[in-house]
Amino acid sequence: MNNLALKELLYKMADDQLILGHRNSEWTGFGPLLEEDIAFSSMAQDKVGQSLALYTLLQTLGESDPDTIAFTRNASRFHNCILVELPNQEYDFSLIRHFLFDTAEALRFEALTNSAYEPLAQLARKIRGELRYHTLHANTWMKQLGSATEESITRLQKSLEAAFPYALGIFETSPYEAELIDQKIFAGEAALKEKWLARIESVIHQTQLQLPDWKTLTPVYGGREGKHSEHLQPLLDEMSEVFRIDPTAEW
Amino acid sequence: MYGGGNTFEGIKTDSLSQEDPVKLAAFEARIARGEKIEPTDWMPQLYRKQLIRMIEQHAHSEIIGALPEGTWITRAPGFKRKMALMAKVQDEVGHAQLLYSAAETLGKSREQMIDDLINGKSKYSNVFNYPTFTWADCCFISWLVDAGAIVNQLANAKGSYGPYCRALERICAEESFHLKYGHHCVIYLASGTAKQRQMFQEALNRWWPPMMHFFGPSDKISAHTEVLMRWKVKMGTNDEMRNQFLDMYVPKIWELGFTIPDPNLKKNTETGKWEYTEPDWEEFKRVINGNGPCNKERLEVRRVAEARGRWVREALKSPKAAYVTPLA
Repeated sequence: MNNLALKELLYKMADDQLILGHRNSEWTGFGPLLEEDIAFSSMAQDKVGQSLALYTLLQTLGESDPDTIAFTRNASRFHNCILVELPNQEYDFSLIRHFLFDTAEALRFEALTNSAYEPLAQLARKIRGELRYHTLHANTWMKQLGSATEESITRLQKSLEAAFPYALGIFETSPYEAELIDQKIFAGEAALKEKWLARIESVIHQTQLQLPDWKTLTPVYGGREGKHSEHLQPLLDEMSEVFRIDPTAEW
Repeated sequence: MYGGGNTFEGIKTDSLSQEDPVKLAAFEARIARGEKIEPTDWMPQLYRKQLIRMIEQHAHSEIIGALPEGTWITRAPGFKRKMALMAKVQDEVGHAQLLYSAAETLGKSREQMIDDLINGKSKYSNVFNYPTFTWADCCFISWLVDAGAIVNQLANAKGSYGPYCRALERICAEESFHLKYGHHCVIYLASGTAKQRQMFQEALNRWWPPMMHFFGPSDKISAHTEVLMRWKVKMGTNDEMRNQFLDMYVPKIWELGFTIPDPNLKKNTETGKWEYTEPDWEEFKRVINGNGPCNKERLEVRRVAEARGRWVREALKSPKAAYVTPLA
């Protein structure tokens, strides 16, 4: 088995979960209603927990411990897609991102339950169960707000259009794509994207929103190879503020 | 988490003469027998009013209390602390949700309560008007402010209003985890590097006065609340609650080798009561009246969150549903 390919896959997934979990947690105390504060916090806890599990797998493959990996790397060494690092903005953007990303995640971990790398397949079975609630939450709100008032529909449509090029960046391929597919570790980004589009479309069709014409959009790539927006490094600086007071200390 | 001390001002019992004396006597007899009052039961207007006020303030304290700690979620050092702090602050928001529901059973909607919070008509626990400068401040809150809240809430859980008592039982169970988490964080600071110990000592110095204020003004100067004690709305005096807290936690703080910034603090072995420098009650009044270090910031955050979320709440409204006051 090619460890480099496997590590690259684990890193990008772990980084996605950590960064979006961090963003979700920023809603604590600021949600549009208490129930949404609580929901975003639950999803944040799941995602940070999932990243920890993935970093722990990486540790078994010879990488450093999860705290060191998560709290001491610079932005250029993170492999998350740019979508997850963007600021939360208004609730409509956070909801759209949650919908687009978690739909992809649910399909990704569904596929990974059949991975030839058994530790990952086992973990995917656990994560798949958690993500079921994330997509249930996203779909419920999309259907509600995507068909409610003029303002809610307009806001969601605008955010959908703003987020879509970044969402296509989730599927930026890795240099090891062919090996991962060949070794049956992961079915590959192209296959995932196809399923994702169908799933997204079926929810959008139940609302008054319009799916952007994705074929004409230029996907925002770069995140998977460490080229990020200006938003990631400040997020990481904040995340590691206390940890770096003394990285050898136990907190 | 919540400090009950700021809840009660002098109350006028004149309205009691307008209540039906037979019903009032039966109501008081039920409470004396230890029965719980439920939303659809008869109750004096004064009881209803004071309970709404108390539960509402408690709920506000939970959502405002999520802010000083919430700001450290994104900075918590390491996975273990980050995940625990997220869960803890989420619990606090959940407590607000439970408590607003309990207060709604008395006839005031959540929207009205939040409006009154934002327009300054209703209060929340004073302790959250102070800033959390460092991670150690956040640890102080998780351990000791939550400990103080548990002292109050365990007492209030034995009160007379059923929905509030049931909410408090659930809340206390969760708070006891917060206390363990906070204590664990402080033990790590205490047994860590010199810098970590210094961080917590400084936090203790900053937070001790607000912590002493937390239980409300001394019994010598606080308003008389006999009727509320008789009705089991208020379950202990401010000084009793403060003494209980000191009894439980001063030895634990000393055990970790920290210095509490009050040279007069000691337990009188004859009376069994703690003696301490009288907290500055003028400062307490200044802060409670809106002039503390963070009052404006805390309410502004709440106001902005409410304003930014309005379109979401509007989009959820069903034209057919309306709030129904469940008055007896």
